[in-house]
Amino acid sequence: MSAVTRKNRDGRTRARLFSGKAGSLLRLVFSLAITFFGLLLVTFLIGRVLPIDPVLAAVGDRAPQAVYDRVREEMGLNLPIWQQFFIYISNILQGDFGTSVLTSNPVLEDIKRVFPATLELATIATIIGVILGIPAGVFAAINKGKWPDHVVRVIGLAGYSMPIFWLGLMGLLVFYMKLDWVAGPGRLDAFYVDFIEPTTGLMLVDTLIEGDMDLFWNAVSHIILPASILAYFSLAYIARMTRSFMLEQLSQEYILTARVKGISEHRIIWRHALGNVMVPLVTVIALSYANLLEGSVLTEIIFAWPGLGLYITNSLLNADMNAVLGGTVVVGAVFISVNMLSDVLYRFLDPRARR
Amino acid sequence: MSSETLLTVKNLEVTFNTPKGKVHAVRGVSFDLGRERLGIVGESGSGKSQTGRAILGLTAANGAITADKMQFRDVDLANLTPKQWRKVRGARISMIMQDPKYSLNPVMTIGDQIIEAYREHHKVNAKEARLRALEMLEAVKIRDPERVFNSYPHETSGGMGQRVMIAMMLIPDPELIIADEPTSALDVTVQLQVMAILDDLVRDRGMALIFISHDLQLISSFCDRVLVMYQGHVVEELRASELHNAKHPYTKGLLNCLPKMDGDHSDLPTLEREASWAEG
Repeated sequence: MSAVTRKNRDGRTRARLFSGKAGSLLRLVFSLAITFFGLLLVTFLIGRVLPIDPVLAAVGDRAPQAVYDRVREEMGLNLPIWQQFFIYISNILQGDFGTSVLTSNPVLEDIKRVFPATLELATIATIIGVILGIPAGVFAAINKGKWPDHVVRVIGLAGYSMPIFWLGLMGLLVFYMKLDWVAGPGRLDAFYVDFIEPTTGLMLVDTLIEGDMDLFWNAVSHIILPASILAYFSLAYIARMTRSFMLEQLSQEYILTARVKGISEHRIIWRHALGNVMVPLVTVIALSYANLLEGSVLTEIIFAWPGLGLYITNSLLNADMNAVLGGTVVVGAVFISVNMLSDVLYRFLDPRARR
Repeated sequence: MSSETLLTVKNLEVTFNTPKGKVHAVRGVSFDLGRERLGIVGESGSGKSQTGRAILGLTAANGAITADKMQFRDVDLANLTPKQWRKVRGARISMIMQDPKYSLNPVMTIGDQIIEAYREHHKVNAKEARLRALEMLEAVKIRDPERVFNSYPHETSGGMGQRVMIAMMLIPDPELIIADEPTSALDVTVQLQVMAILDDLVRDRGMALIFISHDLQLISSFCDRVLVMYQGHVVEELRASELHNAKHPYTKGLLNCLPKMDGDHSDLPTLEREASWAEG
């Protein structure tokens, strides 16, 4: 009976535009393309409505009218708006985000330099947040209402309510100045900076590629404090969500089934319940990761971390529109990719989402 | 009743602490069980499910169990550590849950869930366990065991899911099966099929069965003996074949509520309750 149903279902799928594995890949690419197009449209429109004159930003307010007009024409701002949009898209597809007024580099070059710094920081922070946050949440859930639950809640609440700049400064004061456990601001000691060839731009990876363990450990001791401080926030969030997902799953019928079977409590929690908790949790983790990938300005300022947040903020303060819009496109693209990744993981974790 | 007593329950009480005050779910239930099929019948909230759960020590965290005696063969169920409980659950006493839609883990394959139940109590390698699981799926009359083994609970129908549940709970070969409304979530047409499969297996393997249901007819056709529960008390105990000779007004009332093929087809009588029944 079921075999017949299955055949029918497949038959119906085949009738759709794209079928099979290749088809679902095509659908994915198609939906990505549409989302990306929407992103470009929005950034383009933001660029046009902002009360910042890109020409003025380039030539300065003392330039004669003739120079102003010429630059305006060079920038293509005299063309009809749909044509400008078309040029904007075709430029971006060729990797041309324009030139930054502030650094006079192509924006793409700048982003290639600053994004890996943010990527590295956000990834380490998320890994710490996940490794500590999930067990903390589980621990709180299985001890609901008892002291471990309160401890996790208080720690989480503190993580939520302490301003990050204060926490960052305190961290530097205690762990760098007083205890000297970690290195100070920057990605490497100033002495080492020129020793390293930016292959990937990820300091931890580049130092390993060069095979220089001294440099690697130096990079670790630089990233560990800012990453931990960022991780504190995602940890607090992940732990809180894990706790509530876990409580929900532990009250489900299939947990009782597992108990009837005589399964150990350890296996019930970590295999049965957590297997189901991971499904919604993946989305939570992905969102918090994407948030960190935008760059966190305050942390980057305090730790002199040359990341995306710092770059976009500086550009914004200097009316460097090419850089701001380029950065926005990158942030948007990162959001889209992380969401796609969490979609794929979601399907992997939940068989019900697989067809 | 067979001469050998498997389970003795004396004066079982289950109470719950709720925000609205104490709820007395089971009030002094006593019975003996041999190698037989015992039905527990009653309306919702009569304490029949809680009686079943108390036997497995699976009363919810806000509940408390007390009993003068709860003896299962050589095991004193009233005083078990969590570790000792795990040796009893599944291996010696098992329970078939109500609705396979909720009682199977949605993100684990059916095969993995059955194997897990088996390997918890039998030291065998993965290959052997897989073979046993496939055999068990065949025993519950699943036509394509290989495919069901590899599928997930959401890919099966209710009747199929409940057969999987039976396979999973019977595979460690327990001595006592508690079936808590095993067919209530199923279509009427598959209810009897599933009950027949369970009944066959229980007889073949010489297991005892406690069948909890609100369905008097189902109980009377699959059980040897019936306990009728009302508000946490056992109000009557009788042989299933003598159900029509019930003396207690509550049992009689329940029987009167059933539609009859012959006889008059006017409105069914409503059950009239008397406060005195709840005093036991």
